[in-house]
Amino acid sequence: MSTDKLGPALTRRSLLKTSAVAGGGLIVGVNLSGCASAPPIGADGDLSPDAWLQITPDDRVIFQLDKTEMGQGVITSLPTLVGEELNLDPARIHVHLAPVHPRFQDPIQITGGSTSIANRYQPLRQTGAAARDMLLAAAAERWSVPRAELELEDGAVHHRSSGNSARFGELAEAAARQSVPKHPALKPASEFRWIGQSVPRTDRVTKSTGGAVFGIDVGLNGQELPNLATAVVVRSPRFGAELEGFDAGEARRIPGVIDVIAVSTGVAVIADGYWPARQAAGKVVARWSDGPLKGLDSAAIEAAQRRALDEQKGRSARNDGNFARAAERAHRVIDAEYVIPHLAHATMEPMNCTAWLHDGVCDVWVPTQGPDIVQAVAAEAAKLPRDRVRVHSTLMGGGFGRRGIPDYAAEAVEVARLAGRPVKVVWSREDDMRHDFYRPATCNRLRATLDDNGAVTGWEHRLVGPSIIGTLVPDFLGALMPTWVPGGVTNVLGRAGGAVIRGRDSSSTEGAADLPYAIDHVRVESILHDPGVPIGFWRSVGHSQNAFVVESFVDEVAHAAGADPLTFRLERLAAHPRHLATLQLAAEKANWGHPDDGRSQGIAVHESFGSVVTEIAEVSVDNGRIRVHRVVCAIDCGLVINPDIVRAQMEGSIVFGLTAALKSKVTLEDGGIRQSNFHDYDLLRMDETPVIEVYFVNQDAPPSGVGEPGLPPIAPAVANAVFAATGQRLRTMPLRLA
Amino acid sequence: MVEFELNGVARRVDMPADTPLLWVIRDGLGLPGTKFGCGMGLCGACTIHLDGQPIRSCAIPLAAAAGRRLTTIEGLGAGPAISDLHPAQQAWIEGSVAHCGYCESGQIMAAAALIDANDDPSDAEIDSALSGNLCRCGTYPRIRAAVRRAAELKRGGETVVQSFDPNVAIAPVGGLRA
Repeated sequence: MSTDKLGPALTRRSLLKTSAVAGGGLIVGVNLSGCASAPPIGADGDLSPDAWLQITPDDRVIFQLDKTEMGQGVITSLPTLVGEELNLDPARIHVHLAPVHPRFQDPIQITGGSTSIANRYQPLRQTGAAARDMLLAAAAERWSVPRAELELEDGAVHHRSSGNSARFGELAEAAARQSVPKHPALKPASEFRWIGQSVPRTDRVTKSTGGAVFGIDVGLNGQELPNLATAVVVRSPRFGAELEGFDAGEARRIPGVIDVIAVSTGVAVIADGYWPARQAAGKVVARWSDGPLKGLDSAAIEAAQRRALDEQKGRSARNDGNFARAAERAHRVIDAEYVIPHLAHATMEPMNCTAWLHDGVCDVWVPTQGPDIVQAVAAEAAKLPRDRVRVHSTLMGGGFGRRGIPDYAAEAVEVARLAGRPVKVVWSREDDMRHDFYRPATCNRLRATLDDNGAVTGWEHRLVGPSIIGTLVPDFLGALMPTWVPGGVTNVLGRAGGAVIRGRDSSSTEGAADLPYAIDHVRVESILHDPGVPIGFWRSVGHSQNAFVVESFVDEVAHAAGADPLTFRLERLAAHPRHLATLQLAAEKANWGHPDDGRSQGIAVHESFGSVVTEIAEVSVDNGRIRVHRVVCAIDCGLVINPDIVRAQMEGSIVFGLTAALKSKVTLEDGGIRQSNFHDYDLLRMDETPVIEVYFVNQDAPPSGVGEPGLPPIAPAVANAVFAATGQRLRTMPLRLA
Repeated sequence: MVEFELNGVARRVDMPADTPLLWVIRDGLGLPGTKFGCGMGLCGACTIHLDGQPIRSCAIPLAAAAGRRLTTIEGLGAGPAISDLHPAQQAWIEGSVAHCGYCESGQIMAAAALIDANDDPSDAEIDSALSGNLCRCGTYPRIRAAVRRAAELKRGGETVVQSFDPNVAIAPVGGLRA
């Protein structure tokens, strides 16, 4: 059989093209060219120089939001880029939550890794500029005037001297017949009207009046989904345990229950609303196999990690100079062990998804960060070709990485297929907490060497943990393979891909291997240890834990060297001007070295997702209770598209990071998660929230990430402040004083 | 059959009397603004008003609503003009408080109940009234500022957001028959 008939050659290279998408970590790029052709977006007569934008003859400017909105503000900031080039107030642009489309895949249609603005800054401006040029060309033709005499303003093209003007919509059809310019001129930055301004969030009204439609709201509020049922799933108490049987006799007697069926993830109770389904689920008696993790708990995982550190040599992630020799010659060696727990995402909107198989298609309404991943797994669950699955993204009540994993969508499609009607599967908070894909738990051992002048000569960081990508690839990459790859091959390749990636997943060492400090001998290595707990991307991924470890230990080394923590950093970051600038700005704004009475300061700087952030925390410790009063944050994220949204992301990241630093962890107990709801997995609350100040440096560079970079420095800044206050070095999260 | 007033309209509901009000409002009456977060009264996403008092609708049964007055986010302010919304909603809009927005209905209902009772709350009173409402996105600094601003509006201030074109916004989740 020749490869011609199969489509593009199936090579490992095309399947396992790796690229830095999700948070600097490796993610597998999949060649989707074998997919069926994409449905057109928009209608005939629309001016649509690229898939993101349609200007319709009835004068609507429509933006296809291919990145999903989960609170990070792309619903406002991305249309701003198009509006700027059209000289059109972004508030006038209609936003549609986009379908799956090849143009939106780079190479996967995913929202994550703080990449939306960085990746779309040029393409969206070019799209807007192309539409502008085509509108101008159409108007110039219509009025037989030179294009240079025309201008765009308020959604119309004007010719001042003749008084002619035409709305975009009036020109759309003629403009659509113009050729699409390849390299339209972009507006010079000096003429920006909206980029760089705090354009008000376009979702602020609907989200303040109860009108925003989240995934869990699909089918309510007048939407017509005939016979929509609600399902809840009784899930295994332990990871990997399999359903051996169940008794639903009592459950079926609850009024409103439609059916109780076995599905891949457990026992689905289908009812005419959440409450009867939930009540009936409580009456289902399910029998489970022990599963592979029976008897395993967090203490055993930690002990195994320590054993691995004792006994194994890791994969080298960095090796500068010769650390072993530095250690031999050192005047002094300091060492420390840092332990990081599993964490849940705990999005406020629990996982949910609505699916309906009808007329040979499968409609899926889903709050997701990865609509094409959903499409792929939904096709498998629906037993339909991928081009018969229509994914309708909804707003979502938080993502933070959790909603990049499509397990809940595959489940809903399976339930709907078996139920033979539209079904919304809604997870309880307990389901959500206990069947998450957690931030990995890691154990870290660090050594630093000092010479007899107290100068730091060497740094060693050895860490042990699982590989996120290596774990996820076998489960979900397989589903993303081009449809012309036979199913069995898909699975085999998925697993092989997992093995390949596991060996070199940089997400576990990101933020550790790229230690920026000028130290001659640096060794960073990671040991793979996978206890089998489901893990996934958690806001800022490896950086979220490695920044805590690295920036806390830098503080330890500074104190060991008798240096001020700020001065110590500045002296060793001379080659990193962005680090220096944020350190200096934050220090100035926080009045470093002069905290308010009764408070202590801690500082941390970290680069992630292309941005550099310094945070200075001001804390007090009272009766063993850590209280964070004020956080000063200085960020270099290049050009700031929307200052208020960046500020909001810094505030949010700091609060999210403080929950990890001060409040929560999940623990494994006999192969399942102990915590279940907010009483035992508490989040930071308003009365614990500090005053947060955000400052920007260096707006000349192209824009880089903001959704995640604010998070990594907060935990070490707080831990370092606690050390300054108490002399106690806290090396586990959440931070607890002795 | 339980009768009560919801957002100014008399309603009769034929659902089991132990059904939490949250599911009566959402699944029974089709009002989606009140959110499900925890099901145990722990997060505040489902906060509504019962006779003007903030309650956790996921933990209060339908029976408790008999003959009483319920208000949800949909009925809090008249609208559609921004200036006709509740001062708390105006302040939330002015301050672009929401990130994902999922918890904000509950936050606004908690804030509205506070300033309806006390239009000049201290920071401690604001913290006390709002600290039972969780926000994973971390909008607390903006919530705190918005509650102060809402109190100001309540005392006679005027919103700076004058108008908003509801036709130019996010398309409703589409494609039911796409």
